[in-house]
Amino acid sequence: MTAYEIVAIGASWGGLHAVGTVLAGLDGSFGASVVVAQHRDGHDDQGLLPELLARRTALRVTEGEDKGPLAPGSVVLAPAGYHLLVEDRSVELSCEDLVQFSRPSIDVLFESVAEEYGERAIGVVLTGANPDGAAGLAAIARRGGHTVVQDPQTAERSEMPRAALAAVTPDAVLPLERIAPHLRRVCAEAA
Amino acid sequence: MNPDDPERIEVDLLLEGVYRRYSYDFRGYARASLRRRLWRRAHEEGAKTLSGLQDRVLHDPAVMDRLLRDLSINVTEMFRDPGFFRIMREKVVPILRTYPYARIWNAGCSTGEETYSLAIVLAEAGLLDRVRIYATDMNDDVLARARQGSFALDKMGRYEENYQRAGGAGDMSRYFSTQDGQATFARSLSQGTVFAQHNLAQDAAFNEFHLIVCRNVMIYFARPLQERVHELFLASLVRFGVVALGHKESIVAPFEDRYDVLDAGEKLYRRKR
Ligand SMILES: C[S@@+](CC[C@H](N)C(=O)[O-])C[C@H]1O[C@@H](n2cnc3c(N)ncnc32)[C@H](O)[C@@H]1O
Repeated sequence: MTAYEIVAIGASWGGLHAVGTVLAGLDGSFGASVVVAQHRDGHDDQGLLPELLARRTALRVTEGEDKGPLAPGSVVLAPAGYHLLVEDRSVELSCEDLVQFSRPSIDVLFESVAEEYGERAIGVVLTGANPDGAAGLAAIARRGGHTVVQDPQTAERSEMPRAALAAVTPDAVLPLERIAPHLRRVCAEAA
Repeated sequence: MNPDDPERIEVDLLLEGVYRRYSYDFRGYARASLRRRLWRRAHEEGAKTLSGLQDRVLHDPAVMDRLLRDLSINVTEMFRDPGFFRIMREKVVPILRTYPYARIWNAGCSTGEETYSLAIVLAEAGLLDRVRIYATDMNDDVLARARQGSFALDKMGRYEENYQRAGGAGDMSRYFSTQDGQATFARSLSQGTVFAQHNLAQDAAFNEFHLIVCRNVMIYFARPLQERVHELFLASLVRFGVVALGHKESIVAPFEDRYDVLDAGEKLYRRKR
């Protein structure tokens, strides 16, 4: 089996808590790198999001820097106002137009993760109030990656997981608390 | 992505074709977002593959025009990243003041919002008549708009807010007049500015500058092209000249040693010798 190299997480409304919960369940032994597109407004959170998330996890959390590295066991967050993409195992940023009314957009991140990592990618769609991420998760599925959607009933806002479920039949639909254990297990089994 | 991936080959061939046919060199651009935009153009032209897009681009200059518009991402704002302009007032203005006359290069100025923001900061420091700004971009269309200095009025609310956060004194509205949904900035702001075409991937140094502002342009370049641009900046910068990059960019190796960090957060660097 091919080892998973990257976990891409997308979240919007309610995401601070949800992403934090997933990251809290991962530790330094986690062998994949993690990239996160959380919808955010640069004016509001001026650099606070990485700090808030870092408090909840043993993993190193940073904001994506131009051509910065993606390393196993570390978390790279899309900066406010930029799309985060991946290329040659490093970060690429773009400030092109909003996609699904968002920059960062989850679709943009997931589509580039699908292209770059194919079956070595895992995509996770969490809580949110819009359909961003659905097309991207479908791209990850098409390229043979593993897909996870938060159970809409346990999501603070269910629109985003519902849109993802309408676009793909994921490998797992899980309540929030069970997502991190699932990721650990899937990655360990494939390694 | 593997080097033998068919799509990677198609991208390489398309960019090579664009370069040889139209002399625009995108070969050194970062590939992930480039691929995205190539695909968007392919869909809109009804091409099923990037090879199909290549066919159209090579045989129809109108398609090339549209592709060029897609590839030059012009998203910008006035006082984007207000903290940057605050630090400009605090740390760069005093440096510029030490020169009897200063030249500033705003590279990748897009439609000019950044250039007018710089001009306002310089005007408020009383320096505007002691500087010349060279604002350049590879895209002629955006330069034409920049020269006019008119921006959509409905954006001024957000720009005004940015301006306040950037340490603006009073209302920004005193710099523009309004008509037909447009805010047109005072001529006095752009009098000392030259808007000109310059391609960072292809053109040479053209003057010596005390300050170079190049924000959110090199994020679209792969490392080797970024290195070329940093060579170009060194060739264009006076001793102790300042370079300003975007929030998420840094001076790339092996050029870091040539600069002192003037402000780590706002990505301001000062040439050592
Ligand atoms: C995203 S905008 C940045 C505008 C502004 N500096 C800012 O930060 O708001 C990028 C600009 O870089 C220009 N550009 C891209 N490649 C270029 C090149 N090779 N030479 C000169 N300008 C280029 C594009 O045309 C576009 O206007």
